[in-house]
Amino acid sequence: MSEGVALAHLEDAIRTRLDAVHVEVVDMSGGCGQAFEVIIVSPIFSGKNRLMRHRLVNSALRDEIAQIHAFTQKDFTPEEWAKAQASS
Amino acid sequence: MSFSLSRSIAGTARTRSFLAATSLRSAFSPSKSLPLSVRVLQGQQARFLSETARSAIDNAVKSSPVVLFMKGTPEFPQCGFSRATIQILSLQGVDPEKFAAFNVLEDDELRSGIKEYSNWPTIPQLYVNGEFIGGCDILIAMHQSGELSELLDEAKVLVLDEEAAKSEGAEEEAAKKSE
Repeated sequence: MSEGVALAHLEDAIRTRLDAVHVEVVDMSGGCGQAFEVIIVSPIFSGKNRLMRHRLVNSALRDEIAQIHAFTQKDFTPEEWAKAQASS
Repeated sequence: MSFSLSRSIAGTARTRSFLAATSLRSAFSPSKSLPLSVRVLQGQQARFLSETARSAIDNAVKSSPVVLFMKGTPEFPQCGFSRATIQILSLQGVDPEKFAAFNVLEDDELRSGIKEYSNWPTIPQLYVNGEFIGGCDILIAMHQSGELSELLDEAKVLVLDEEAAKSEGAEEEAAKKSE
């Protein structure tokens, strides 16, 4: 079995490798570091469709994702994120 | 040997009964078309996948217009993400005659091979007419935005109820006449 990934490490990796301006990481595994839900806000997503964004994240976090059981992501550009925040 | 992969894929029963719930088919509004899916990238990672495994997965992908690689079966999904995906496809009203599911838990080579083949790290994975559409997150988002029903409608993989089929046929004829 793999040992999972530390939440802080994942958050840090997202910020640095994906130029994220806002990151939310939730550990859904109850602490064993095997399941994460993340929200990523980064300007690098602009002009890219959903599949391209996910591929970008998947490849930037390849090693981390390989170690965990479940990874679910929502990707926004800063503009989309502002709009989503305003409407909620 | 990768021989076992092709055999077990071929031997994997297509499961069609999940669409017992197709009458729940959600309404969709045919409107402008969107280029939703991007061709599968089969870059550098391809070299780790044996030719036999690749061609077996090729065949699986082409075995039906809608193909889902999942954990468990449509009746008994063995993972919440696979379950959510089946529920979405069922709600959308995918035609069982045009659907095939492959259980990656039955075959380790398929389980790892499909990740390399699609260059996608997680299961489930959905293909429509040979094109990779995405995993669970993408399908949920597309389902909520209406993009998925457009895509499935355009791919002509939905069950049409008789009235819809009739009126569509009539529309097509009318369109032909007006040409």
